[in-house]
Amino acid sequence: MHRTWAIIERELRRFRRSPFLIVMSLIFPLIQLIVLGYAFGGNVKNLTIAVVDQDGGVPAVRVHELAGAISANAHTFSTISYADEGTALDALRAGRVNGVLTIPPDYSKRVVAGREPRLAVIQDNTDNFVAATMAASVGGLVSGLNEKPQQERTFTQTRLDVVELYPYVPYVQYLLPGSITMSIFMMVMIGGGIIFIDDKARGLHEGYLVTPIKRLELIAGFNISGTIKAVLAGFVLMTIGSLIAGVPNPLDPMRMLKMTIVIVITALALVSMMFLIMVRVSDPLMPRAIFGVLNTLLYFPSGAVYPQQAFPGWMKVIAAVDPFTYSVHAFKCLLLKNTGFDAIAFDIAFLTVFSIVAMTSATLLFKRTL
Amino acid sequence: MSAIDVQNIKKTFGDFTAVDGVSFTVQPGEIFGLLGPNGAGKSTLIRMLTTLIIPTAGTAMVGGFDVTKDADGVRRAIGVIPQAMTSDTELSVEENLIIFAKLYGVPRARRKALIDELLEAVDLTEWRHKQVMYLSGGMRRRVEIARGLVHEPRIFFLDEPTTGLDPVSRVHVWDMLQKVKKERDLTVLLTTHYMDEADKLCDRIAIVDHGKLVALDSPLKLKASIPSQNAIEVAFSDVPDGWAARLKALPHVQSVTADDHIFRIATDNGPETTVALVSASEAAGLTVQSLAVKSTTLDDVFVHYTGRDLRDALQDPAPRQFIMRR
Repeated sequence: MHRTWAIIERELRRFRRSPFLIVMSLIFPLIQLIVLGYAFGGNVKNLTIAVVDQDGGVPAVRVHELAGAISANAHTFSTISYADEGTALDALRAGRVNGVLTIPPDYSKRVVAGREPRLAVIQDNTDNFVAATMAASVGGLVSGLNEKPQQERTFTQTRLDVVELYPYVPYVQYLLPGSITMSIFMMVMIGGGIIFIDDKARGLHEGYLVTPIKRLELIAGFNISGTIKAVLAGFVLMTIGSLIAGVPNPLDPMRMLKMTIVIVITALALVSMMFLIMVRVSDPLMPRAIFGVLNTLLYFPSGAVYPQQAFPGWMKVIAAVDPFTYSVHAFKCLLLKNTGFDAIAFDIAFLTVFSIVAMTSATLLFKRTL
Repeated sequence: MSAIDVQNIKKTFGDFTAVDGVSFTVQPGEIFGLLGPNGAGKSTLIRMLTTLIIPTAGTAMVGGFDVTKDADGVRRAIGVIPQAMTSDTELSVEENLIIFAKLYGVPRARRKALIDELLEAVDLTEWRHKQVMYLSGGMRRRVEIARGLVHEPRIFFLDEPTTGLDPVSRVHVWDMLQKVKKERDLTVLLTTHYMDEADKLCDRIAIVDHGKLVALDSPLKLKASIPSQNAIEVAFSDVPDGWAARLKALPHVQSVTADDHIFRIATDNGPETTVALVSASEAAGLTVQSLAVKSTTLDDVFVHYTGRDLRDALQDPAPRQFIMRR
């Protein structure tokens, strides 16, 4: 065991003298958290809609009034009146407006006669987020039109009351669990994968392979030191990230304790995975080449940036075996909902089994000779 | 008992045979050199003896332990300086030694005194707290020599210990090696492709080429074993026609090569040929501009046994497997 400690001591002393490694493994997830968090987190606002009123009746004036109210309050869109549809469509194609709302000539007549009055929105659907926001906003406007004070809605229509269980979660908080997982991964990738293979390529491994250290002592030394480094990265990101993202009670000791347990098991799972991937690699280009692929393959399917329910079937399969999925889920439970262990028991179980399987396979593949 | 006993050892990588049935023994207290160009199989051989590579066939006993059956016994008995610089550059000189002392399980009580002794021996005491990255190549090599001795091994392996070092550092490393060898009563096996290094350091030299051992003896005997023992280089101001043939006819001369009026005469008796040469020149009325008698070098020995110059052999492309293992 003293030999395992010698390897750990060596790795940690080297780590302490590599400030660049420490900073880089934290900077990337932090920048990602801040930039992605604020780039994707906001509501789409300040769109422009061309209104072509071919009717001009009193019900059409009500449409203008409601649109004006949205423009003044929610700022989702503002309106510009166009005399004819052709000019409005030209403006849409040229990108001067984001959509065209047409009030057809017989609109007022149909409203009065109760004969299915219709409005039409033509929108630039090349940007899904803008199109969806506009459709929802105009849909709200139409619902407003349909609300008639004299209607006996309390008796005939079903009303839905939505109750929010937790305080509002800004997107930057939603991203934080993924960023903590990413910081652990970065440290494992740079401090574990890349440095391990570089040492191997430079012949550094020969130095201790000629000592009487046992195979398992060597494996334990590398993996324990890798886990310690990754846990430090995860812990720092949890603390700084919680403050940046404005998580309520960011320094709640009970939650930090539970988070630390998840950080440790996540670090162990990712270190084991990296050890399995790198155990037979000796080309220093390899870890650099697979860095981007691994990053994308682990981070995006994990539900860190977008809900997994929206994924196609094949990606759900990747998500199911992706250790990020379980660590992100556990961090979300603890950070956003402050749950107990029962909510994250499966995540911890999965990550534990994942670590055992990866570590055992890597150990079997590890060669004590060159 | 021999310190190292290698019998018919062989290593193949796929179709390529890196070491092809090599046998030799090294006696305790000896400095034994494996001399050969890159790709000759020296490093593969030393890696088999230090348990880094498992031999394909044959046996090797190091310090009384079998390299395949009792690798741990071998590892405890030997100190190794691999070809690559393997000290941790981020750590200080002392930390490098401490970590390895721990890897070898040197008791804490012994550790400190031993490290002090070793740092003194390799002349690095004042650098002990310096990070290795700030040391020169030669100093880094000396750190590694100290590190290789931190568990007081009796057998010391060095794979090309001075490759890449400047001439001054090389001499310094040689001096250190001879000093620690003497002080600690070590048996040393080193590989090198430097003739002067092998000549200066080694009690016996094995010349290795294409995975085979082509000659093995002390440097002196190796030099004596080849026909031409001396080379005389002589320059005249002017020479008559047929002068080269006259030189060839001098006693003990084996060959004469000429470049204009400069001649290189290979002889197996330098003194007698030189006297005869001077007399013949006087008789012919020629002026000798310069005259130098050179002893046989290990270069000549290498050429004799391998059929090519070591400098040329160093230019040979190394076998692919060898490159991959570097």
